[in-house]
Amino acid sequence: MEIIKHYFDVVIIGSGLAGCRSAIECSSHGTVGVLSKLYPTRSHSTAAQGGIGAALGNEEEDSPEWHTYDTVKGSDFLGDQDAIEIMCYDAILTIIELEHMGVPFSRTPEGRIAQRRFGGHTKDFGKTPVRRACYSADRTGHAVLFALYEQCQLKGVKFFQEFQVLDIVIENNAVQGVIAVNIKDGSLHVFESKAIVVATGGYGKIFKVTSNAYATTGECLSMLLRQGLPLEDMEFFQFHPTGLYGLGILITEGARGEGGILLNGKGERFMERYAPIIKDLAPRDMVSRAILNEIREGRGIDGKDYVYLDLRHVNKKIIEERLPEITTFCKIYMGIDPSEAPIPVIPTAHYAMGGIPTDNDGRVLRDVDGSVVEGLYAAGESACVSVHGANRLGCNSLLDTVVFGKRAGKTAISQLKDVSKGKIKKERISFIVESINTIKESKGKETVASVRRDLQTSMMDKCSVFRKEKELMMLLEELQTLKERYKEIYIKDKSNIFNTELLEAIELGHMITLAEVIASSALQRTESRGAHYREDYPERDDTNWLKHTFAFQGEKGIYFKYKPVKLTRFKPEERKY
Amino acid sequence: MDKYYTFKIKRYLPDENPQTRWDEFRVKLNSIERVLDGLIKIKETRDGTLTFRKSCAHGVCGSCAMKISGKNRLACQTLVKDMPEMIEIEPLPALPVIKDLVVDMSLFFRKNDEVLPYLINNETPPERERIQSPEDQHKILESLTCVMCGSCTTACPIFWADKEYLGPSALLKAYRFIFDTRDRAKEQRLATINSEHGIWRCHSIFNCVEVCPKQIDITKHILLLKRLAVKRGFKGGVE
Repeated sequence: MEIIKHYFDVVIIGSGLAGCRSAIECSSHGTVGVLSKLYPTRSHSTAAQGGIGAALGNEEEDSPEWHTYDTVKGSDFLGDQDAIEIMCYDAILTIIELEHMGVPFSRTPEGRIAQRRFGGHTKDFGKTPVRRACYSADRTGHAVLFALYEQCQLKGVKFFQEFQVLDIVIENNAVQGVIAVNIKDGSLHVFESKAIVVATGGYGKIFKVTSNAYATTGECLSMLLRQGLPLEDMEFFQFHPTGLYGLGILITEGARGEGGILLNGKGERFMERYAPIIKDLAPRDMVSRAILNEIREGRGIDGKDYVYLDLRHVNKKIIEERLPEITTFCKIYMGIDPSEAPIPVIPTAHYAMGGIPTDNDGRVLRDVDGSVVEGLYAAGESACVSVHGANRLGCNSLLDTVVFGKRAGKTAISQLKDVSKGKIKKERISFIVESINTIKESKGKETVASVRRDLQTSMMDKCSVFRKEKELMMLLEELQTLKERYKEIYIKDKSNIFNTELLEAIELGHMITLAEVIASSALQRTESRGAHYREDYPERDDTNWLKHTFAFQGEKGIYFKYKPVKLTRFKPEERKY
Repeated sequence: MDKYYTFKIKRYLPDENPQTRWDEFRVKLNSIERVLDGLIKIKETRDGTLTFRKSCAHGVCGSCAMKISGKNRLACQTLVKDMPEMIEIEPLPALPVIKDLVVDMSLFFRKNDEVLPYLINNETPPERERIQSPEDQHKILESLTCVMCGSCTTACPIFWADKEYLGPSALLKAYRFIFDTRDRAKEQRLATINSEHGIWRCHSIFNCVEVCPKQIDITKHILLLKRLAVKRGFKGGVE
């Protein structure tokens, strides 16, 4: 088989916000190649709606210190406070840079970047909600992604679109490069490099109901785990409170930021009971639990499994100007106009707080002692710095991607001169070719679709908002069965050209690996914190669990180590809103 | 409510057979399901070789544009309940087909590149954001919502006849920057679009507007570009 070879100083995997922001940072100092399994602007960053957080103070008084406090508290005190400070203080310059790059933010009457309220973002250490989310209507991700991709084009960054990464090669604790397939013709490409930035986003497709795109399958995280590298805090997966009922499509928190409220089947504004001060703008973990609790206690709409997001009282002009996209979704998919009818919603799998552990400069950690892998960087949702801890606040994810995407890029290029060029051995390539052939030639009786559906259903039923030991143990058994079934997968498509059936089969193998890490991590953390809620351990336990989980894959299965949380200014306190 | 639909799909599997063919699949779908759900169901349960692009599945990424019952649309945004019982599906027209419903979009993206699709401004930026009034921001608002799905350009009869025509999508992108008060490369872009294969090729056929999944009035934007070009003293036809 012919192999096409490339060399770039820096190879970036993923062309969402983190990947593109990294590429911009690297582009003037070395050669950069960006690999993406989609056309870059189709990356899932484009689906982010509500905003990007920064204490600009354009609409009312705000400060990065309050932003830091809110993020620490939102994280249920699991976020590393030094990293959170960096993010919240860098936020202002970061947003200004984005504006200069061409992001078409919505504007205040004075022509400044407009800002709105968002869940968990408050004034004066929790007193009242504050307008901190900078937005471009409800298409903020789309606006930022296009601007960043466009700037990459201006800087001549080389993109390899519709290239699927098959292996990230690390040898002797240093990156060597990446093996990828050109989806369009099936040709195999080897990208040797001095540095690799992993910016591949999340893996929400592991769950049955999700706001995430089909492409968010997380294979690169699994590739690193299988080579002995750890994944951090994988038990923390965020469920966004307001997904469209039956579909899981995201309805931005900005809808509540603009005045929308949640109603149960009795017509009560139930968030008043759960978060008396900031009510519907409480953090996502709390709102998702509150919704499911209402449903469990029989107070869903007509006793069914959903509640309403009500915007009928919000000024129609505000809905038209600031929430046009979600209005269209409601009209197309549900046949309702949100200014006239309430929107049926249900929590939807949305965001991975956990991921590839990094330091504050994007270097990938290989152990809890802070040792790193030479030349390997990660940023954005695929990384875990950790700025989101146990629960991410809305509009902090876009901020994370650009702040740490830039920092990872900057570190990568600053180290180039000390590093030798990577080399990928023939045996490694042959191994990949063989594993592909194994899938293609398998005569088994299982299909990608049936194994994937069972995986997604099991994860949704036993490892979503509420978790308990018995179910997690059952889940881990089911995952063992799925692993066996995966070996029996048969694919009909044997072609080299645009073989999506083959690619889905490869993704599925990695999804099962990640599911096992998530379930095992959830089982061992015997406390409730942020998005990880254990019904059998309903309290937060700072004495034993104020620490990050590092999951490794050993010969006998997943094992764990722990890293202390970095505390600087804020002591853990009871989390009330 | 579940209902049976027949998906009649134009197939092209180049390493199997150089000829195109039509396949029919009968699938049961409910009233909130979309054409994309039907395609996925067919791929999962009937024929794993059926090939199409997909990603976000709610009309924001632009991956799944295809010709559905005679009109370019996003499969993820087209509910089956709004379709006839027999749904005819083909790849986007006027671009080379790679496999089944997947077309080679390089020509489409190259056109976009020609209009310098990035904000150009080499002035030293202010310490804070550049000031832009909400009125000025609103001028580009509609053009910003484009997802680059290719529905418009491939629906344009002018593009069918003249593959060098920039086409509605690239012209819309030119508009997005020319009318952005922060941009400083208007003249360069105007020169590009004021060419034999630029704005004057648009005959206001409105096919682009008819198919745009984001309901952008693309023809209006092209007309505004023409008007601006005339104001700047550009003449119709070749410079």
